[in-house]
Amino acid sequence: MELDTGFFLRWMDACARDVDREAKTLTELDAAIGDADHGDNMRRGFQAVTVALAEESPATPGAVLTLAGRTLISSVGGAAGPLYGTLLRRAGKELGDAPSTDLPGLRAALAAGVDGVARLGGAAAGDKTMLDALLPAVDALEGGLQAAATAARQGAVDTLPLLARKGRASYLGERSVGHQDPGAASSALLVAALVEAVGDE
Amino acid sequence: MSEGANSGTDPGPVGLVLVSHSAQVAESVARLARDLAAGGAVAPVEAAGGTDDGGVGTSSERVAAAARRVDGGAGVVVLADLGSAVLTVRALLAEDELPSGTRLADAPFLEGAVAALVAASAGADAEAVAAAAEEAYGYRKL
Repeated sequence: MELDTGFFLRWMDACARDVDREAKTLTELDAAIGDADHGDNMRRGFQAVTVALAEESPATPGAVLTLAGRTLISSVGGAAGPLYGTLLRRAGKELGDAPSTDLPGLRAALAAGVDGVARLGGAAAGDKTMLDALLPAVDALEGGLQAAATAARQGAVDTLPLLARKGRASYLGERSVGHQDPGAASSALLVAALVEAVGDE
Repeated sequence: MSEGANSGTDPGPVGLVLVSHSAQVAESVARLARDLAAGGAVAPVEAAGGTDDGGVGTSSERVAAAARRVDGGAGVVVLADLGSAVLTVRALLAEDELPSGTRLADAPFLEGAVAALVAASAGADAEAVAAAAEEAYGYRKL
């Protein structure tokens, strides 16, 4: 499976579309245990990514993700900006200047990105964060994009009974239990968008 | 010429950047620190609070611009309040997007800002300024 620059551009496009469609849901999840801005922040971030990609026309998969990551850091305004920005920038750096990659290459790049997120936020699996969707997705990516999307979705749903240990939700203690983590939910959207990027070809 | 005056090798004081979710908090803490550090020349301190559209959050561009403005060559020490403020500074540092010699102090925001500005204004180097801010955690109130 060859994943070229067009695939990564379609991935970012699908992310922007899906985040826009689900913004209200993300904000509602965030209203329960956060500050009710996650949907708006993600929408603003990916709208800026769409504009930046159209303006700069990056030529390689690595350049697409690096530019998208830099744009998220500068446009989101909330913690999702540096976290998703780091995810995509690290992944983009891992891809280097190659004109295309394949499934193992994508998996290695996302693994590097997820590692960057874990370091930046100091979170681990089970802390009720985006990592709870991203870590199982990277594991499952070995079995293909659809398997990764399914694992991410399940990982996000599985944050529901968890006690939040990072971010604003952690101040709620036991009251964070029973709500899905909004960051895990948006992470599942971005992983699911990988499947759409293939279908959109 | 008096000794050391504008010799060209003196980088001047360490600069401070205060990053808060709120523009008003960052500006107020900067003003308070300046008032408390007054008594001689005060080191440069810039507030970088809120988002570009005036909302609650963090603007990486405001942070980077403030760091460039206070950078006199002796280093920049950044203090941040919560969540996205801390993560944005750490992400910018990880990507080398702040002036070289910039560091994030692991310090309480207000108390650390006052301690850091007093130390910077007294001519301390970046490591000592960051240490002064971090020592503010040890100031017990009970």
